Amino acid sequence: MKVLVAVKRVIDYNVKIRVKPDNSDVDLTNVKMAMNPFCEIAVEEAVRLKERGVATEVVAVTVGPKAAQEQLRTALALGADRAIHVQTDERVESLGAAKALAKVVEEEQPELVILGKQAIDSDNNQTGQMLAALTGRAQGTFASAVEVEGDALKVTREIDGGLQTVSLALPAIVTTDLRLNEPRYAKLPDIMKAKKKPLDVKTPEELGVEVASRLKLVRVEPPAERQGGVKVGSVDELVDKLKNEAKVIS
Amino acid sequence: MSILVLAEHHDGQLAGATAHVVAAAQQIGGDIDVLVAGENVGAIAEAAAKLDGVSRVRVADAAVYAHQLAEPMGELLAGLADDYSHVLAVASTTGKNVMPRLAALKDVAQLSEIIAVESADTFKRPIYAGNAIATVQSEDALKVVTVRATAFDAVGETGSAGVEAVEAVVDNALSSFVGEELAESDRPELGAAKVVVSGGRGMGSGDNFKLLEGIADKLGAAIGASRAAVDAGFVPNDMQVGQTGKIVAPELYIAVGISGAIQHLAGMKDSKVIVAINKDEEAPIFQVADYGLVGDLFEILPELESKL
Repeated sequence: MKVLVAVKRVIDYNVKIRVKPDNSDVDLTNVKMAMNPFCEIAVEEAVRLKERGVATEVVAVTVGPKAAQEQLRTALALGADRAIHVQTDERVESLGAAKALAKVVEEEQPELVILGKQAIDSDNNQTGQMLAALTGRAQGTFASAVEVEGDALKVTREIDGGLQTVSLALPAIVTTDLRLNEPRYAKLPDIMKAKKKPLDVKTPEELGVEVASRLKLVRVEPPAERQGGVKVGSVDELVDKLKNEAKVIS
Repeated sequence: MSILVLAEHHDGQLAGATAHVVAAAQQIGGDIDVLVAGENVGAIAEAAAKLDGVSRVRVADAAVYAHQLAEPMGELLAGLADDYSHVLAVASTTGKNVMPRLAALKDVAQLSEIIAVESADTFKRPIYAGNAIATVQSEDALKVVTVRATAFDAVGETGSAGVEAVEAVVDNALSSFVGEELAESDRPELGAAKVVVSGGRGMGSGDNFKLLEGIADKLGAAIGASRAAVDAGFVPNDMQVGQTGKIVAPELYIAVGISGAIQHLAGMKDSKVIVAINKDEEAPIFQVADYGLVGDLFEILPELESKL
């Protein structure tokens, strides 16, 4: 089967972000960017499906600015066969991204699309579900295990309180949770080889979709700072403070 | 304006989080209907009818909704949504699974995990793991919104709304339920507990989490964990607190052997009082802790349990 895997370029998860002084957005100038951690897990799962002989071709796709090609090259170095870049400088949110991805799905006809469960910048957790709705496919969100069984897909999902297993008709959409797998690192020779793998660039106009966000970002501000606390010297002092100062235990 | 709230329920019981979402709906203003979808959900509908501010409970009782799978639930909600200006659900795994599907079916954006209502079309929500708060305005006719339950106080239970059946039953050939494996626990639900005691990698092993149990019993607390503790196999992943786990905001959060990575802080830094117990006095957790105790948790925990 053909597997499509969607990746997003986001701020590196170790970076402590800063809000712009005019409160218009988060400041991303000169900040280290990387592939969204959940997307790394999606790429890893697609590559493992290929290594097990389940997937015949792995196609990586992203929607975003020119620089996002770095993340596509990373996906290629990790084992994707080719890449598609839907290039736009618009501020794209989940619905716009899902619409662009739906067009790519229409063209490529993959039997399985794997996305991360959420991007660590917008924290939306929407795109995979929206893509499933737009393509009329079943969805297996927050997957911690994925197994192909004939023409169905068995997906174990992380839900509040435990795990749930569902069976999905193929073609289907899956979003990855953290425990699905542990992504590998790209090796230097693979990084070199990835530079020669095909990477198609398309525009939203060519695909006939409107990707610009209809949500207006009114203001971005830092969260309320917590007041600096105190260090206590002993368990007795801690219990006393909790009882008599914070009054959270009796 | 009228608002539809999707009721959250498990094991035949209305989840407490639903009362928090109704509170968010009240802040938006307008008539509030609650939709209870599932199989044999009569008792849940009765419980939802008691929530203050609810004018009507709509019940979709059919086998196809039994496990609230996204495909039939999305269809059901899309069929009902035209009567409403807003559809709200708690930002639980069910709400997160179903609501974006509804939004895309109606060709509208979704607002995820709001923490404040500014007006009927403007909401505040955390981004970048809670390190920034965005104020976002939706220009869509229908607002599809998930609500962070801990950011809103629950409404009371003195209401008496009417209950009526929704006849719409959709087909679902796309997905089916296979099985479920739920972690058993007698303690309060992590997301709703007033006190949470969490362990991290510093606990050293799953057995050592027993050291937290006595303290949790004395305080009526839920037990949580950091991702490091889950990844190390100490505890199951539904105990994870953080950006990718559960978001909690209890009155008291006790972090034991947790360094305080930003992904963990995203899940607990709105707690009223934070206590950190860690042997590394440079650990970032001390920057957000109201009370910090530097020392060996294997000595501190038994002593703390005996003195509570």
